[in-house]
Amino acid sequence: MSIDESTAARVAKLARIKVEPEALPALAIEFNNILGFIEQLSEVDVEGVEPMTSVTPLRLKRRMDVVTDGDQQKKILANAPDAREGFFAVPKVVE
Amino acid sequence: MSELNKLGLAAARNALRAGDVKSIELTDACLDAIEDASALNAFVHNTPDIARSQAIAADVRIAMGDTPAMCGLPIGIKDLFCTKGVPSQAGSRILEGFLPEYESTISQKLLDAGAVMLGKLNMDEFAMGSSNETSVYGNAINPWRRANNSAELTPGGSSGGSASAVAADLCLAATGTDTGGSIRQPAAFTGITGIKPTYGRCSRWGVVAFASSLDQAGPMTKSVRDAAIMLEVMCGYDSKDSTSVDLAVPNFEAILTGDIKGKKIGIPKEYLMEGMPDEIEALWADGATMLRDAGAEIIDISLPHTKYALPAYYVIAPAEASSNLARYDGVRFGHRAKLDQNDGITEMYEKTRAEGFGPEVQRRVMIGTYVLSAGFYDAYYNRARKVRTLIKRDFEDIFSQGIDAILTPATPSSAFALGETWDDPVQMYLNDVFTVTVNMAGLPGISVPAGLNSQGLPMGLQLIGRPWEEGDLLNTAYALEERAGFVTKPQKWW
Repeated sequence: MSIDESTAARVAKLARIKVEPEALPALAIEFNNILGFIEQLSEVDVEGVEPMTSVTPLRLKRRMDVVTDGDQQKKILANAPDAREGFFAVPKVVE
Repeated sequence: MSELNKLGLAAARNALRAGDVKSIELTDACLDAIEDASALNAFVHNTPDIARSQAIAADVRIAMGDTPAMCGLPIGIKDLFCTKGVPSQAGSRILEGFLPEYESTISQKLLDAGAVMLGKLNMDEFAMGSSNETSVYGNAINPWRRANNSAELTPGGSSGGSASAVAADLCLAATGTDTGGSIRQPAAFTGITGIKPTYGRCSRWGVVAFASSLDQAGPMTKSVRDAAIMLEVMCGYDSKDSTSVDLAVPNFEAILTGDIKGKKIGIPKEYLMEGMPDEIEALWADGATMLRDAGAEIIDISLPHTKYALPAYYVIAPAEASSNLARYDGVRFGHRAKLDQNDGITEMYEKTRAEGFGPEVQRRVMIGTYVLSAGFYDAYYNRARKVRTLIKRDFEDIFSQGIDAILTPATPSSAFALGETWDDPVQMYLNDVFTVTVNMAGLPGISVPAGLNSQGLPMGLQLIGRPWEEGDLLNTAYALEERAGFVTKPQKWW
């Protein structure tokens, strides 16, 4: 598996990280290094092995499906880079 | 009493209870030591006012005969833990200015038990690193140096600030977190003790998430006894973390007898790595001898999938990180990039994350995005999860054969110079080769300082225990500590 510059650009886009075009060749090389290291996993016989979903066999605790929290708008907005009139503010999303 | 900051938790607790010392004296001694150690860059947000008021409150409690486990004991908190009203940045630019409105369960438990918070400790950005070189605060520095050599060494990572601070006696103990070795590797590099408990022992609530199926908090301390005292306070079920487990937490300190007669200790042949320094190999053999002298039975074992743990980790951890770190989008907290006139929301996300995340975090988020993307999910992510099942099965097989604990080196080298392995990410990842298996299998693991190398740097041994049996693991570590007799401290140069 080899990653070219256009794949690197696509991955950066999917990850929502701006990467300047001139940085793409180096990024592709780094990806290939790391994926080359990961490639060893293809040696392992995993036939019939279940993928791990939980490292502990214990069943997750359940709780009643009720509201236990809320009514703290001020606290929730306290760290927002831009909060206005009780909302998070962002650039225009739809035209 | 002079140099109170040099005490461990147990000694300081006993002195406090006996009325020989006050918490405010201990706290001031630590605050002075911190002031004097800016060259180590271990503490990155100091909270002297909070510390002094907590110390005074602890002294009142003690005077009234109320002495919970950590009462009056000054500690440092890794920057990954959210602490109410105190900067909690996970070592990242993207959380600059973030002041949590809540306290993590672990730090709350420690405060409820009377602990005094001295400040927040340096770490690799989002706990991604093995040398504390990815931090927005700059490198944390190891108080240890090679003999006759003033090169600055890494304290390890990601809990590098915690390790440096404890080793340099800036605090009595510190919290750490461990996703692939981030407590145990820095503990080994700085000559201190660090334990990662079984996955689910400690609540992850309020701890900035890196890889949720691997992350666990634990104490970093000056002795095994101190680790037992602090771990007990940190453990326990928390309704706010559905993966925390509702099991009774034993009195770990009471289990420390040092009696390990008849215990079966496994020595896994796969941990004998090519290129491992002779000194580490010799230390490992010495450790086995010490445990045998203490009455344990030493048994050669095999954990056949060991070599695949690290590559599987570098699929699973980045995959989970890419998902967890999606929340840093410049909307709800932390940094938002300055936008151009015509920028829309996508540009806001992309610029914010490019500015806010450092290169290693960006790399891992993108690797994680790739291995989870359509067409590669099965080949990488699912395959890695299957390999993880096999790694865990290796340990289950060994434990079902009656092995009580496994002895390995903690790290493949001692502390290296800052900048030494920076050009190649994969080279850096190899630091975690002995520790990462433990996270993959969800087991408890402890690093105990066991000797010095020829350059005068500490080296650590790792013990891996059965799930939920931290008490037994601590007791084996205690027996090892007694026999290793590691007491050397770094020469003060800072």
